[in-house]
Amino acid sequence: MTVQTVIEAVRDGMQEEMRRDQSVFIMGEDIGARGGVFLATDGFVGEFGEDRVIDTPLAESSIAGIALGAAMNGMRPIAEIEFADFIWPTVNQIVGEAARARYGTLGQMCVPMVLRAPQGGGVRGGLYHSQSVEAIFAHTPGLKVVTPSTPYDAKGLLKSAIRDDDPVVFLEYKRTYRLVRGEVPDEEYTVPLGVADVKLPGDDITVITYGLMVHHCIEAARIIGNEGVSVEVIDLRTIRPLDNDVILASVEKTGKVLIVHEDTKLLGVGGEVSAIIAEHAFDYLDAPIVRLAGPEIPAMPFSPTLEAAFLIDTEKVSAAIRNLARY
Amino acid sequence: MKKTPPVVGAGVTRPSDDKLVQMYREMVLCRALDERVWMLNRQGKAAIVASAQGHEAAQIGSVQALQVGKDHFYIYYRDLAVLISLGLTPTEIMLGFTAKAGEPLAGARQFPTHGASKTLNLVNLSNVVGTQIPQAVGSALASKMRGEDAVTIVYFGDGASSVGDCHEAMNFAAIHKLPVIFLCENNGYAISVPLSKQMAVDGIVSRADGYGIPGVVVDGTDIMAVYEATSEAATRARDGRGPTIVETMVERYLPHTSDDDDSLYREQEDLEEARKRDPVRILQEQLIGAGLLPGDTDSVIRNEAKRVINEATDYVDAAPYPEATDFLDHVYS
Ligand SMILES: Cc1ncc(C[n+]2csc(CCOP(=O)(O)OP(=O)(O)O)c2C)c(N)n1
Ligand SMILES: [Mg+2]
Repeated sequence: MTVQTVIEAVRDGMQEEMRRDQSVFIMGEDIGARGGVFLATDGFVGEFGEDRVIDTPLAESSIAGIALGAAMNGMRPIAEIEFADFIWPTVNQIVGEAARARYGTLGQMCVPMVLRAPQGGGVRGGLYHSQSVEAIFAHTPGLKVVTPSTPYDAKGLLKSAIRDDDPVVFLEYKRTYRLVRGEVPDEEYTVPLGVADVKLPGDDITVITYGLMVHHCIEAARIIGNEGVSVEVIDLRTIRPLDNDVILASVEKTGKVLIVHEDTKLLGVGGEVSAIIAEHAFDYLDAPIVRLAGPEIPAMPFSPTLEAAFLIDTEKVSAAIRNLARY
Repeated sequence: MKKTPPVVGAGVTRPSDDKLVQMYREMVLCRALDERVWMLNRQGKAAIVASAQGHEAAQIGSVQALQVGKDHFYIYYRDLAVLISLGLTPTEIMLGFTAKAGEPLAGARQFPTHGASKTLNLVNLSNVVGTQIPQAVGSALASKMRGEDAVTIVYFGDGASSVGDCHEAMNFAAIHKLPVIFLCENNGYAISVPLSKQMAVDGIVSRADGYGIPGVVVDGTDIMAVYEATSEAATRARDGRGPTIVETMVERYLPHTSDDDDSLYREQEDLEEARKRDPVRILQEQLIGAGLLPGDTDSVIRNEAKRVINEATDYVDAAPYPEATDFLDHVYS
């Protein structure tokens, strides 16, 4: 075991896969000599050369489109978008094209590509460097969407995403990059896509979350645990496909559910998770499902007080859990 | 019609006589198919038809300059003659127009001619104009990374050349000297929008300079010119000298699709002028002049095309629609 940050785990995950499989390559802005703006590809160009670590022009749509074409022609590209806020030009190629390639060719074409992007706030990124984009992509059948929270998961999920034969949108919470440390095995491992993880077991209340919020939820659960309420924290890890089994098993045990995400609330992941619970575990519920999510403003504001007002933190989660416990 | 001099002048073989006659056969077959599917549309049997009439020489001349089975073809909805030249049968293609079971490219999930053929390295993924251009560049990147000498050719219209993806793709391909041929079928219209409202110049080839790549304009109704330009571009690509823009000036004889009414925007005179540049007739005259259609060869070719198209029509008429039993399949691996 080695203690690593999330960004180190992401880097190692890509590096191991590039060593293992010649068809894996990475393309994006500033990923060469600069090693990526977050240093996710630090040292890559030295080890793998410019042919497999491609500094692209500033042109997001073609980063996705070229990766898609390379994937349909037998490669396993990792396309990096510098910040998720700049991902919208890729929607045409990812939602419109990559997601439909297998379906629209009766299974003849497959798209083993990963579109990686750092997302989320808490870094004073303002309106254009803080956005969460998972819900937009997660609505699309044909795509997989992954949102890791820990170094262990980030590495294991990224390796699975690279090996997967379908297009995967891999969204890394940039706030976790250097903030979150954790143990990562020295030996080879992967974490399967589509499997949620019980990050903290408990009996009274289920908290369902993912990404950066996992850490606030665990902290809040520990605080509330000292107040005599046992909280189970589930990290979805993969937003599409969702792991209904883990969600429903927990709800059937606790009967009370809080869903927490950084992304805004309306038509977000929490709405879908609520619906799954309402459809399949209604009889087990002892309280209305509660969603704690970002406010209905188009993006995260810049000033520290405004940013803090947008973001959910340990205190806000704790308060929501206490309310639910009292119901 | 040549506006800038061809890039590479020497070393290209003219198609053999046999190949010329074969191309003529394909052209006649495609024209017969095209006319038939348009008729099927008017009979209510084909929901939507985009015609290749006027584009056949550009499509067949370019395919025949490449290596089928090795090279990669990224096409768009007007490329009926590419499919014929790649070897799809009229029956297979007509199954697409009638959306019947057994359609080989997409199981009739898609518009006619769309989907893919793994064995032919053929991709026609999307109706979204221009999206195939970066995908083709990605395909060329993959070939280059693996050290293969396969070429990717991507077909697109003058309208598609305005899409941002076209610029992004050409720029990337130029930077990395990728083995890709950008084949523009410039028919002067994007549905109703004429070229003069699509761009301030009279074609896309002048962009080549801006990317630092060669570009050539050819008369797209002259199959020899297209064959030659594509061959030279393919040689460049295989030699590691990068992409080429081949702009083929063609005519669109029919409305944009079977849903369009071109009388709303196109002068009758314009159409009559266009019809003077009929690639089928031009090649026919060239072949007759060269003595390559002796005796009743021409009528044999035409009768054979008619027979094949009639047979295909009977086949698809009788074919069932696909059962909706597996329409949920092939979303994920
Ligand atoms: C992105 C996009 N915008 C608009 C359309 C609607 N549309 C379909 S074909 C077309 C014209 C394309 O013209 P061109 O590229 O010149 O090809 P042509 O049909 O002339 O061969 C338009 C506007 C579309 N399918 N996709
Ligand atoms: Mg056009």
